[in-house]
Amino acid sequence: MRQTRAIELGTGLFVLLGFAALFFLVTQISSRQFGFGAEGYRVSATFDQVGGLKVGAPVSMAGVTVGRVEGIEYDFDRYQARVTLRIDRRYDRIPEDSDAGIYTAGLLGGQYVGIGPGGSDTYLVDGAELQFTQSAVVLENLISKFLFSKAAEEGKE
Amino acid sequence: MTQQAAAPEAPAGLAVRVRDLHYAVNGRTILAGVDLDVRRRSVTAIMGPSGTGKTTLLRLLTGQLRPTRGQVEVDGQDLSRLSRTGLFALRRRMGMLFQQGALLTDLDVYENVAFPLREHTRLPERLLRHVVLTKLQAVGLRGAWRLTPAELSGGMARRVALARAIVMDPRLLIYDEPFVGLDPVSLGVVLRLIRRLNDALGLTSIVVSHDVREITAVADHCCLLSGGRIIAAGPPRALQASDSAEVRQFVRGEPDGPVPFHYPAPDYAVQAAAVR
Amino acid sequence: MRLATDLFASAQATVRAVGAYALFALRVLAAVPGALPRPGLVIAQVYNTGALSLVIIMLSGLFVGMVLGLQGFDLLQRFGSEESLGTAAALSLLKELGPVVTALLFAGRAGTALAAEIGLMRATDQLAAMEMMAVDPLRRVIVPRFLGGLIAMPLLAAIFSLIGIFGAQLIGVQLMGVDPGHFWSQMRAAVEVGDVMEGAIKSAVFGALCSLIAVHEGYHALPTAEGVGRATTRSVVISSVIVLLVDYLLTAVML
Repeated sequence: MRQTRAIELGTGLFVLLGFAALFFLVTQISSRQFGFGAEGYRVSATFDQVGGLKVGAPVSMAGVTVGRVEGIEYDFDRYQARVTLRIDRRYDRIPEDSDAGIYTAGLLGGQYVGIGPGGSDTYLVDGAELQFTQSAVVLENLISKFLFSKAAEEGKE
Repeated sequence: MTQQAAAPEAPAGLAVRVRDLHYAVNGRTILAGVDLDVRRRSVTAIMGPSGTGKTTLLRLLTGQLRPTRGQVEVDGQDLSRLSRTGLFALRRRMGMLFQQGALLTDLDVYENVAFPLREHTRLPERLLRHVVLTKLQAVGLRGAWRLTPAELSGGMARRVALARAIVMDPRLLIYDEPFVGLDPVSLGVVLRLIRRLNDALGLTSIVVSHDVREITAVADHCCLLSGGRIIAAGPPRALQASDSAEVRQFVRGEPDGPVPFHYPAPDYAVQAAAVR
Repeated sequence: MRLATDLFASAQATVRAVGAYALFALRVLAAVPGALPRPGLVIAQVYNTGALSLVIIMLSGLFVGMVLGLQGFDLLQRFGSEESLGTAAALSLLKELGPVVTALLFAGRAGTALAAEIGLMRATDQLAAMEMMAVDPLRRVIVPRFLGGLIAMPLLAAIFSLIGIFGAQLIGVQLMGVDPGHFWSQMRAAVEVGDVMEGAIKSAVFGALCSLIAVHEGYHALPTAEGVGRATTRSVVISSVIVLLVDYLLTAVML
């Protein structure tokens, strides 16, 4: 029976170690995702251009992640992109006249939605819409603008 | 056909009844019309030259193979009509000793013998130990209970396998070549065990072997299998006195006769010319 | 003409082999409920395939992580984003290297052992003996080994990935001087629970495939020394190819 005990001990050790590793990976290595439905509230915003924004991208205020992008659709009434944001329940005092913009993290990083607080005393609630938005900057447009203005300057001289 | 109407119950006193058994694999006929009766409580020997399908016949008797044609009845039950569950139920009343013992290599001697009990019964450990040790005592290996199969000699392995085969108290015990590779002492031990177990436990035994002298010493009834059929059957003495050339050749071990020394071959000159 | 018939024959053989695998898999799955009342058998196999592979998995994880630390640092430095080393290492380990390398090591360490063990049981009539003792070898021998591999693989992969991340950290932070705060915080910001789950799903699938292939090859080995050897080789080769193929399919589906 000593042999079975060794096997049980070894197996138990292995299984515990495996689950500990899995637990560590889930809780320590990864950022916790916002749960489905139960946590947080939804607000929407429309943009002329979302660029490379992806579902799941972070929503941040002053660099703090407060939520995630939940959906990106094309709105045929306005001919704009409609982005649904899920904001964590903890951040329930965002002024309703806040503005949203699509920015790029670092030069080549992924894009995220940044919210700049407004001055209103009423706060965003579930289903509200952000009125002031700033579209994503498309690098090609930026470059062509830059080149055209350079060319125009040179033409003037 | 009348086979359906033929008595589903085996005639009293028959443990195994085989009728017109055919078996072919990949178009090669191995058995061609075997009839065999095994009386209860007897030791029946099935003898024959190597490669005549003795092991195949055993596998057909135990339902490990399905016959191409013909009927096998064990304990009055037609194997071809049994489901897998029914076959397994029947096999609990059968024990089989494989050529090399076929002990489970990851278990020790004691656990090997206990294996069928642990699988099929819920005996309390104390009772189980009692049963296992009794069976090991019967084959004279109670002292070897903690050895692993790798530590056993060929003869001991076969005796442990024998203890395992009788642990469920079967009614039919089948031995596949039990003497192969045994030294004379172990052989004598196994030989005596076959007879003693048969008489003490009231078993029916079927022994497949080509060791004529050994097996005729213990068998009540002998069958000689050759060329896919039984060419002679009867008590050992009758077989030895047989005037059939084929039987005489096998029983006396003559190198050439009706069973040719040479495997069928084309004309020597033709074959030699063909290989360049 | 000859070529065409040969091609047809080999195609037919391949299709038949796939069919045989599928049927065997179904038989194994059907026998799973019958094996559940005996958890002790499965635990013994988790020990055999999992606990005994632990050392090789941990060592390999450490070295793969260290290599990732070096290579990742070198690559990211060219773009001036060494801080992303943690993210790069964690994601490649969790989603790809962890499950795949673990599966390949599993096929080499545990898969061969399984195929050889079962092949030998076939060659020495142990499986036939079980049949004769009215014990279904599928339920008694095959299913516990299959379940053992299925359970062990995701745990092994998780251990591999975690140790790999620490290995990358060891090289990147201790040796190359990446800021530890950046290393960990960027990793935590970028890696999501879904990435961990993707790796876990992958390795569970690999565990099922590798152990199924190993037991199939062993179970159907020719009962000779050569047959067992060939079954062992086949089990590694088939497992490795299938793991890489299925890895591509799973990645394509889950990305």
